[in-house]
Amino acid sequence: MTFEYAPAPESRSVVDIDASYGLFINGEFVDPFDGQHFKTINPATEEVLSEVAEAGQADVDAAVAAARRAYDKTWSKMSGKDRAKYIFRMARLIQERSRELAVLETLDNGKPIRESRDVDLPLVAAHFFYHAGWADKLEFAGYGPNPKPLGVAAQVIPWNFPLLMLAWKIAPALACGNTVVLKPAETTPLTALAFADICQQADLPPGVVNIVTGAGDTGRMLVEHPDVNKVAFTGSTEVGKAIQRAVAGTNKKLTLELGGKAANIVFDDAPIDQAIEGIVNGIYFNQGHVCCAGSRLLLQESIADEAIDSLKRRLQTLRLGDPLDKNTDIGAINSSMQLAKIEELTKSGEDEGAERWSPECPIPDKGFWFPPTVFTNVTQAHRIAREEIFGPVLSVLTFRTPEEAVEKANNTPFGLSTGIWTEKGSRILWMANKVRSGIVWANTFNRFDPTSPFGGYKESGFGREGGVQGLGAYLHVEDPS
Amino acid sequence: MSRVDVRKTHKLFIGGAFPRSESGRTYEVTDAKGEFIANVAQASRKDARDAVLAARAAFAKWSTATAYNRGQVLYRIAEVMEGRREQLVHDVAQAEGLSSRKAAQQVDASIDRWVWYAGWADKYAQAIGNTNPVAGPFFNFSIPEATGVVAAVAPQDSSILGLTSVIAPIVMTGNAVIVMPSPSAPIPAITLAECLATSDVPGGVVNILTGAPAEVMPWLAEHADVNALDLTGIVDEAVAADLERQAAGTVKRVRQAKPHANWDATPTLSRIRSFTEIKTVWHPLGL
Amino acid sequence: MNLLPTRPLTDTSNSGLKAFLHGLPGVDAVGLEARAATLATRSIKNESKAWAIDTAISMVDLTTLEGMDTPGKVKAMCAKALHPDPTDNSCPSVAAVCVYGDLVTTAREAVGDRLHVAAVATAFPSGRASMDVKLMDTKQAVADGADEIDMVIDRGAFLSGNYSKVYDEIAAIKEACGDAHLKVILETGELKTYDNVCRASWLAMEAGADFIKTSTGKVSPAATLPVTLLMLEAVRDFETKTGTKVGVKAAGGIKTSKDAIRYLVVVNETVGEAWLNPDLFRFGASSLLNDLLLQRQRMSTGHYSGPDYVTID
Repeated sequence: MTFEYAPAPESRSVVDIDASYGLFINGEFVDPFDGQHFKTINPATEEVLSEVAEAGQADVDAAVAAARRAYDKTWSKMSGKDRAKYIFRMARLIQERSRELAVLETLDNGKPIRESRDVDLPLVAAHFFYHAGWADKLEFAGYGPNPKPLGVAAQVIPWNFPLLMLAWKIAPALACGNTVVLKPAETTPLTALAFADICQQADLPPGVVNIVTGAGDTGRMLVEHPDVNKVAFTGSTEVGKAIQRAVAGTNKKLTLELGGKAANIVFDDAPIDQAIEGIVNGIYFNQGHVCCAGSRLLLQESIADEAIDSLKRRLQTLRLGDPLDKNTDIGAINSSMQLAKIEELTKSGEDEGAERWSPECPIPDKGFWFPPTVFTNVTQAHRIAREEIFGPVLSVLTFRTPEEAVEKANNTPFGLSTGIWTEKGSRILWMANKVRSGIVWANTFNRFDPTSPFGGYKESGFGREGGVQGLGAYLHVEDPS
Repeated sequence: MSRVDVRKTHKLFIGGAFPRSESGRTYEVTDAKGEFIANVAQASRKDARDAVLAARAAFAKWSTATAYNRGQVLYRIAEVMEGRREQLVHDVAQAEGLSSRKAAQQVDASIDRWVWYAGWADKYAQAIGNTNPVAGPFFNFSIPEATGVVAAVAPQDSSILGLTSVIAPIVMTGNAVIVMPSPSAPIPAITLAECLATSDVPGGVVNILTGAPAEVMPWLAEHADVNALDLTGIVDEAVAADLERQAAGTVKRVRQAKPHANWDATPTLSRIRSFTEIKTVWHPLGL
Repeated sequence: MNLLPTRPLTDTSNSGLKAFLHGLPGVDAVGLEARAATLATRSIKNESKAWAIDTAISMVDLTTLEGMDTPGKVKAMCAKALHPDPTDNSCPSVAAVCVYGDLVTTAREAVGDRLHVAAVATAFPSGRASMDVKLMDTKQAVADGADEIDMVIDRGAFLSGNYSKVYDEIAAIKEACGDAHLKVILETGELKTYDNVCRASWLAMEAGADFIKTSTGKVSPAATLPVTLLMLEAVRDFETKTGTKVGVKAAGGIKTSKDAIRYLVVVNETVGEAWLNPDLFRFGASSLLNDLLLQRQRMSTGHYSGPDYVTID
């Protein structure tokens, strides 16, 4: 008798989705000036979930104006102590509504409910908690005795961790005394709109947080708005460069969190079963839609064959399917566009001579899906070793010595994260020192925490989010030189 | 009959050596009254290219030198400058049209600033790095690391103190720098180069290209092996904006122009932060 | 040093064993525990749950190992072991009864050939006695009718690095078992580190264990999900190396059906279906059985059951 796990769906009834949403400006939901809306779908079923407003120039102007008014009249005049209390309220409300928000996130994004419930939502609440506590302690953060906010922050976030990316942006901005206008990704607007509801429940003064939904044009209008003091962007390197060009010559402060092609390095003395878990988590967690994904597996050549066998064995127990099923490990790809990109790059892997393998994986009829995939015999020159695929596709390369591992790990324009698996302490620290990436995970992977600063080297972006270092992005320090 | 003096040839400073510009060009530098002082090398894009190579090569060792060692090297720069105080005072007075007394104040403040930064070398990691109390069985620490190769434009109006205030934090944190001094007042920078060359600074850690920032900086702003720009001394907003745009091509870190600053005041940590990257490391805490 | 040992272990001198055992890959505790915690989030419903409960019942070694055990207590437990749910004949019987050596005769009379009779032996639970005593303990139990022997390893010898003493004892007890099955209790709560558990597992398997077992149940912590996961990984790798399947018994501290089902998930996703039967996986438990019965009744009747509807023994 085989041990089949019966479907274990999380109930959808915990969340109420409106048929249509407006923009959240100045504390209220309002229709867009020119009335345009667009649909958002569930990528696992292609069912339409709702329609949301497409913010045009007039809407962006209104949102920035509301943020400016709220900054000038209310938020910048409020003590840090009081700001803290509003942010604590929001953290608590998020905890209370966690189940609802997790289900909503899974419906809109396609990620497994186990991840949105156990990873995304707890971190979202934790980010608001952590930053709430900083609001009245900024003079101790190392930015001088009297650091000030910047003013109005324009924030554009991606679709891979919609509510978590919102938390990473809004929590520090508010804690430091700024007001915000945030644009969620066009394929995942719903949890941001639910967050707007939470702002209302928390009685947050109107205009402190504004949410404008829309696509690339809305983001561009927001970033280019002359009355914005700070721009924060997480997304692709290509768009990040465009934004950096767009704010050149202005006084807007900028932070960017862009793509990656992280090396996950496994030495011959690695704790092998846990390393395999780390590899699997590194690239298949969130369907590989992670900027810091361990997408290049660097195996020490002397143990490569056994490690690949163990990896393939482990992949056979991954479950792909309904994201609302609590037993699902691999959910849906977020959009048909992203699926097309993954397919194109994966095909290039085959064309360029790498060996492709996937476990047997029944694929549902509707929705956007891609099975977990491993390419072996990959070299640095292959496209699948250089370009960010942003999908559940692992490229396996080998190395002979620690120096060679470092060279290969660093041989990329990206520099977001690196994984290192070895039992030898001195080697862990030596490798951590040498790799040029903002995050180093040694004998672990994909760990996040609001106290821990996150961000990249080189074309993975600049600036950090989280920790005391992350506050710097939202503060203005009087600087004689 | 007074002695015929031997006049200096003012060359570039690249990789610890003093080459002429590969273009062979020079330009005239005059004092504050418009009198001719010297022909100074005018750097070309190829000089910039060579400087980047020298800086990248030097970066590998400089960034891995111990903080203590870097502090000692910076302190020695101050020692050597102290020994050359009179020459520097003369150069600054001539370049900026200052009285000897005022020029001396600038030179003294510069030497003191090198000493100040020397003292920071083994401490800034404690000021801007820390462990992080993550919510799980992990040890987690954040440390500042050098960004890499920095291309900098020194202030136009402060030929030694502003210049020092731009260079010192960049190299103190382990970076290598290519700096363009004020085109109209470059001589103090060249004298500084002589101090650097005779101190313990490894060749290539500081490279000084005299010439026209508007001509050379775009090449550096687009150069894929330059990690950051310091546009402090750019006066023209349009030029600054262009350079910022070019920097976006490889996502360089840019410190924006601030052509008129109060160089006398004690600096903040801002420049140290501008040219360091925070790296955060996680490791499980277990049996 | 290789990922996994692949050459047969020929040098069983202490230095040979030490080189082999110390050469095994390390175990990262945080990673292991995180993997176990993720497996514990699997949600098993409906038909799968019913199957899991029945399977778990069929894997129970119903146990009494108290100083105050009497023949009466053992007979009552055996009756329950044969018919766990007097209200429902479809309920499977357990795998075995597990008693001290001097009560084996009573147990065997009570169950006949219908169940296995497992005896603890080798100066259970401490293992602190001479080899002669341990051999006698074993032989007597087998002679009295035990067809399974649950022995304890010498933890003192293990922790002091005297691996060949541990190895030789296991081999000798295996021989004394004759046709009886040997389960080797590692007493993971005294081994303390996962690296030790990994080494002890390999040592026991190489020495001839048919089953490796987590605990005596007398020391806390006894069985845990991470430690069992680790032992299953060792068993999986041993099969890859030698072709032999060794069983795993999780004993002590498993009280609820929810716990038991989690263990079955771990077995399923580590070694697969081949181990999901009483020949290769057991629960050493006493109170677990009643919780399994309560859940079984809930599933068949549709309402929650209560302690009055299951027997105390």
